[in-house]
Amino acid sequence: MDRQEFQVEITLMNKPAARDPVGETIQKDLLAKKGYDIVFNVRSGQFLQINLKAADENEAKKIVEKMCNDLRIFNPVTQNLTILKVSKS
Amino acid sequence: MTVKIAVIQFAGSNCDLDTIHILNNVVDDIEADLVWHNLFKETKYDGVILPGGFAFGDYLRAGIIAAHSPAIDEARVMLDDGRPVIGICNGFQILTEAQFLPGALLRNDSLKFICKWVNLKVENNSTALSNKMNINDVLAIPIAHAEGRYYTDNLKELEENNQIVFRYSTEQGYLTKDANPNGSLENIAGICNLEQNCVGFMPHPERASEAILSPKKTIHGKLFFDSIVEFIKRRVS
Repeated sequence: MDRQEFQVEITLMNKPAARDPVGETIQKDLLAKKGYDIVFNVRSGQFLQINLKAADENEAKKIVEKMCNDLRIFNPVTQNLTILKVSKS
Repeated sequence: MTVKIAVIQFAGSNCDLDTIHILNNVVDDIEADLVWHNLFKETKYDGVILPGGFAFGDYLRAGIIAAHSPAIDEARVMLDDGRPVIGICNGFQILTEAQFLPGALLRNDSLKFICKWVNLKVENNSTALSNKMNINDVLAIPIAHAEGRYYTDNLKELEENNQIVFRYSTEQGYLTKDANPNGSLENIAGICNLEQNCVGFMPHPERASEAILSPKKTIHGKLFFDSIVEFIKRRVS
C-alpha cells in the first residue's frame, strides 16, 4: 500500500480544573490592562505539528493518538489532547 | 554495614554532584556512585536517587523525556522489590511522569522560578525518606524550581493512604497559604507510594546538610539521607 505524507496538528491544554497561570496572566495583566476588557478568559497550551507517513488521514490520526497515549506526550492527569487538524503535507 | 546508592545523571541534571558529595562526605555508612542514565544497572545497588536539575532541558514537560530512559526501567525493578527510589525536585517530576507516584507538577502559580528557604512539615515518618524524623517536625530546607505546583485529581485517596509525606508550613508548623511557595494543592511538597519505598519531593536536602550552607546553621537535610540508610538497613536485617 502506498504511504503518503500527512501533517497532524495537536494541542495539549491543562484540564479546566487545573489552573493555568500563563493564560490568567495574559488576560489579567496584559489584555485587561490595555483596554481589552471584553476578554474574560485566556487558556494557554502547547502546540505540536507532527509530520508522518500513513496510508490515509484516518490512519495518520490513529497513529498520533496511540503515540500520544502510549508515550504520555500529554499528561492525562492534568492535560487534554485535542487533534486540531489532519491534512496531506 | 555500608549501603550502596546510585545517583542517576541525565543530560541536564545539575544537583547530581552536590548529592554525591553529601552522600560520600557527610552521611555515614553509605557509598554513592554517579551513574549515567543509559548505563545504570539496578543489581549493583541498594537504592537509587534521581537528582535535581533540568533533565533533557525540561522539553515537552519537566521529567517526561527522562521518564522514558532505560534507567527508569531499572529503577522500576527496585520499586517493585521494595528498595528505596527517591526523587529530588526534577527527580520528583520524573517519578510522577513515569507513574511511580501519582499526580503531576505544574508551573508555579507565580510563574516564577522560586529559589528560597522554606519550612517543611513532616506528615508521615515511616517512609524511605522520613524515618529519622518525627511527625510534625518542621525542617528548614531550600526549594529551587519553576514547576513545583503539585496537582492530583485524587487527593482523598492520597490522604486516606497516608501518602502525603511533607507539606509546606510556617516555622511554627501552620499550613497557611503564605507558607505555600508554589500553589501546590493542600501545601503538598512530597508524597510516597503505597509501599513507602518510593518518595518524591521538591526541596533540596543536599543543599541543607552542612551548617556552612544554612542561614540558621541547621543540617536538617541530612535527616533525609540518614533515613534512606536506615530504611535499607531495616530492610535487609
